[in-house]
Amino acid sequence: MPTYQIIRQIVRTGIKTEAPPLPDEALRAGPQRLQEDILRAFGGALSIRQVDAGSCNACELEIRALNNAYYNIEGLGIKFVASPRHADMLLVTGPVSRHMVIALKRAYDAMPEPKLVVAVGDCGCDGGIFGSNGADGADESYASCGKVSNVIPVDVVVSGCPPTPTAILQGILTAIGVQKT
Amino acid sequence: MPITHPNLHLTRLDGAIPVWLGGIKPDDLPPICQNVADGGGRLLALWGSDERFPLPNPLPQAGEGANESLRDSQISGFALHVALVNEAGLICLSMALDAVQPVYPDISRIFPAASRMQRAAYDLLGIFAHEGHDHRKWIRHGAWHGFPLRKDFKTYPHLNPLPPAGEEANVHSPAENGMKSNEIEPDDYPFVQVEGQGVHEIPVGPIHAGTIEPGHFRFSVVGEKVLRLEERLGYTHKGIEKRFESLTLQQGAKLAGRVSGDSTVAYAWAYAMAAESIAAVIPPARARWLRALFLERERIANHLGDLGDLGNDVALSFGFAQFWILKEQVLRNNAALFGHRYLMDKIVPGGVAADLTEAGKLREEGAMLEREVRVLRGIYEEHAGMQDRFIAAGRVEPKLAAQLGLCGMAGRASAQAWDARVQFACAPYDKLDVRMATYRNGDVAARVIVRFDELFESLRLQREILDHLAHDGELAIPLEKLPGNGFGVGMVEGWRGEVLVAIHTDAQGNLTRVHPHDPSWQNWPVVEHAIMGNIVPDFPLINKSFNLSYSGQDL
Repeated sequence: MPTYQIIRQIVRTGIKTEAPPLPDEALRAGPQRLQEDILRAFGGALSIRQVDAGSCNACELEIRALNNAYYNIEGLGIKFVASPRHADMLLVTGPVSRHMVIALKRAYDAMPEPKLVVAVGDCGCDGGIFGSNGADGADESYASCGKVSNVIPVDVVVSGCPPTPTAILQGILTAIGVQKT
Repeated sequence: MPITHPNLHLTRLDGAIPVWLGGIKPDDLPPICQNVADGGGRLLALWGSDERFPLPNPLPQAGEGANESLRDSQISGFALHVALVNEAGLICLSMALDAVQPVYPDISRIFPAASRMQRAAYDLLGIFAHEGHDHRKWIRHGAWHGFPLRKDFKTYPHLNPLPPAGEEANVHSPAENGMKSNEIEPDDYPFVQVEGQGVHEIPVGPIHAGTIEPGHFRFSVVGEKVLRLEERLGYTHKGIEKRFESLTLQQGAKLAGRVSGDSTVAYAWAYAMAAESIAAVIPPARARWLRALFLERERIANHLGDLGDLGNDVALSFGFAQFWILKEQVLRNNAALFGHRYLMDKIVPGGVAADLTEAGKLREEGAMLEREVRVLRGIYEEHAGMQDRFIAAGRVEPKLAAQLGLCGMAGRASAQAWDARVQFACAPYDKLDVRMATYRNGDVAARVIVRFDELFESLRLQREILDHLAHDGELAIPLEKLPGNGFGVGMVEGWRGEVLVAIHTDAQGNLTRVHPHDPSWQNWPVVEHAIMGNIVPDFPLINKSFNLSYSGQDL
């Protein structure tokens, strides 16, 4: 009987969820753009649209891991949504390939104001090993625009290759400026 | 000799796996491919290189008679390289192409998987498959002009700033370099249209609903039933192959480990194998055992994650919760023991960059995983709702799989009995006796069974590897630079399938051409067939059961 086995396994597994990290203002890429009271509203429930703008997929693995029982991001009131129309935050991994520029901008434009952007991973922060040809003047790649902020405004950057789920969660919590306990 | 043909002289390369090399004339390519196909062989990879300059011969000093046709004319033109495989080993064919009209005969009639590779070779290098049936662009969407892999292609000396967010993209002004336009051209890709009463199209992507990589799918459907799926990939193209050419051997190893993040170990090993083949270097025994340990742990982590996702896709979120707890424990052990959750940069040319000091922890983990996965497998197999969704969904019959060249884990679920760890068991697999998991049904259920079998087999291999790792030893021998004019190939059975990396060096031993090849090249076109006749809501499930790489094929 799978139902009995499922319940038995759930009980045996117990609760794995760990305490989330504290926000870190050092991760902020620019001054706080949103007013305190709006951020408090986000703090209650945040919807994230994730966009892979050209990553190697390792950052996506770590973002997916946020949904596992250890990080339990939904338990914090943060969920990933399918449409940018439903999103408060764009969580972008890079580097931004030139083929993804239009799609990324459209996703950003489709979001309702106020909106937040968190760039995830070394490539999203500075183009990473792939190089870039972006507004920062680099001319190493014909196909990559480098960091996310070359294409859309960014509030918080999370470095790492890939950053750990804890680091990504910390970046998200920093962007909304709340402490979750 | 893996094959014989009157115009083909093969030379064996040094290295961990059996690779033969031969120079041929382009006209001999189709008959030789046919010969390999008739013997049950497959196409592994196809790539080109620019040899128009007084650049060195990309081929090693092969035996007499070999490569003459290539050497005679290669200074003046391009070269095409085709990697085939049969039971005896890899066969790398190289042929010189004209500098002005670089054309070669189409081989997609023999190996359908060649079609997209040929289109990509044109997009990147401007070499053209004569009489190919599909000449639409593949990798190039219009974000650049010219052929980036040509040596005279330059990234723009000066870039205009990107347009402010909110405006329609009008990116960069490549005034130099003979570029015609300063705009990303509208992507008017000519999808194949399906006509008939009640047929409509569902376009999906490039941004998908979940946290996954970008790509575009065009479904032609009647009601819920999918008549046809056409894929459009290339969105994550970030110029990896060109980027290799400006990197050192060591930097290249890091880049190779980021072609597809979920297969970083497989790529790093294949890259190291190719480099070691050129340098005629054999890594120390302990390094070889650790490489296999890393590769099996990569397979374990990915299979655990995907088995959880497959539960999620049929609304059994219990499966996701359980398997991702197990995956997280594997990743945390990787971080604690080797310093990286996905083992990135732990395989380097010449050896490995991490040692194992606490084997006991892995033994404990392995025993725990075997226990837990056995319980979960029992639940998956007895769960009627789950099996109802799995069985007969996304079926690829063995005959179709053979025709299209389906490879790797998905291939084995459709009776394609290829596993590089078995057929070309390089050290340490020659001492491990890997048991290949195969199944005939070719549906989602079969791919789930193969994943479970491979998971248990990898756990068994991990145990055996730990037994062999008892003694200390060297971790790496220094490999700073490669010899000049070298060519080497590495191939590793990653969790998804065979990962191949080919390296060419110039006279100074610098990387002049590196081609990483993902098994997703072969398997993406098969997904178009697997979905036919299924319903649209089953696509995420079917797609996940293959779980192919976008970044690995977009490069």
